[in-house]
Amino acid sequence: MKPELEKRIVRTPDGQEFEVDPLRDYYCEAAPTVMPAAYGKIVEDLFNWARSQSLWILGFGTGCGAIEMRPLMTPRFDAYRYGVQWRPTPRQANLFIISGYLSTKTLKRAIRSYEQMQNPKYVVGLGSCTINGGMYWDSYNTIKCLDQYLPVDLYITGCMPRPEALLQGFEDLKKLIRAGKCEGANKYSENFDWYKANQKQVIHDWDMPDYNW
Amino acid sequence: MRELYQRLQSLFVLGELTEQRANLFFITVEKDRLRPLITHLRDREGLRHLVLLTAVDWLEEGQFQLTYLLCDRLTRRDLGLRVMLDRANPVMESIHDLWPTAATYQRELREMFGIDFPGSPRLDEEFILEGWNTTPPYRRDFDTLEYARSQYAERAGRETRDPETHMRAQLYPESN
Ligand code: SF4
Repeated sequence: MKPELEKRIVRTPDGQEFEVDPLRDYYCEAAPTVMPAAYGKIVEDLFNWARSQSLWILGFGTGCGAIEMRPLMTPRFDAYRYGVQWRPTPRQANLFIISGYLSTKTLKRAIRSYEQMQNPKYVVGLGSCTINGGMYWDSYNTIKCLDQYLPVDLYITGCMPRPEALLQGFEDLKKLIRAGKCEGANKYSENFDWYKANQKQVIHDWDMPDYNW
Repeated sequence: MRELYQRLQSLFVLGELTEQRANLFFITVEKDRLRPLITHLRDREGLRHLVLLTAVDWLEEGQFQLTYLLCDRLTRRDLGLRVMLDRANPVMESIHDLWPTAATYQRELREMFGIDFPGSPRLDEEFILEGWNTTPPYRRDFDTLEYARSQYAERAGRETRDPETHMRAQLYPESN
């Protein structure tokens, strides 16, 4: 456990003392819950259409594939015209692109970031490394199958996929969202224990709350 | 370079010499003779730049080899110093006071090979790995493939082909 997560007594400037238990006080203890569709089909379809038109990506690059996201921000490929843009914080993003191999160290950060994103949220795995390990299949430090640890909505193949493939991937993701098939966040809540068990199997020094919301 | 070697030979006890190129030599030295030699090279011979400090695992011989590569930028020559350590008890004197950057290399070697450098700053902190709990991964007796198989879930259906035979069959089918 990291020292900053341990229980401690804090003194306020005016002399009061109180106990802080960061895991309980700074984080939500409750596991995520499934959020069923709130309205009827027609309204939900409208919502999904709207959602599909604003894919806000968390600017978090994990492997070599992250380099292919940069050209998308430039005039040549210009992903913004498709309603896709990059955000600096998980709170503002709804699409998490795992852009390549994920070492267990990065996986830890990826999980924290994913859990901090607002619902509805989507995960796209980029490149063969996220699918079956790619050329890092025999590495001592990278996971080989992303959907064991995070709920993946779509994979884009290639090593590494070109920006055009990414644009195509966004369009496919939009179709899935409009069809109401991107229920990753709910899947994550439903199988929360399974995901946590898988995550803890590879992350040996689990020094964070179980749910980082 | 020869001339440097001869000068060193009159001052220090040196081991085996390998002349890789005209401007790249390697010299083996005893573990506790490294420090005076490397200090001399840095201060008197102009080999001021520590290019790298790395290790080789000679599993069969039961030894670790440390290589200290020094460079003299003005005359464009490199000199590597090799030190052999006992693999069962790999401890080496730290040189972080000569080159502060050495501390980083030493942290890495500590984590990846399990070589100890007593007194080196932040040596016991995690460097790249987090929560590593078995044999240091760069040791040759660490079975990477086996570890990857047992640790990380796999997706069924992955095929592996030998690139050479596969591409030959693809590009030159008649040659088979
Ligand atoms: S799939 Fe290829 S490009 Fe992508 S992270 Fe893996 S090795 Fe790098």
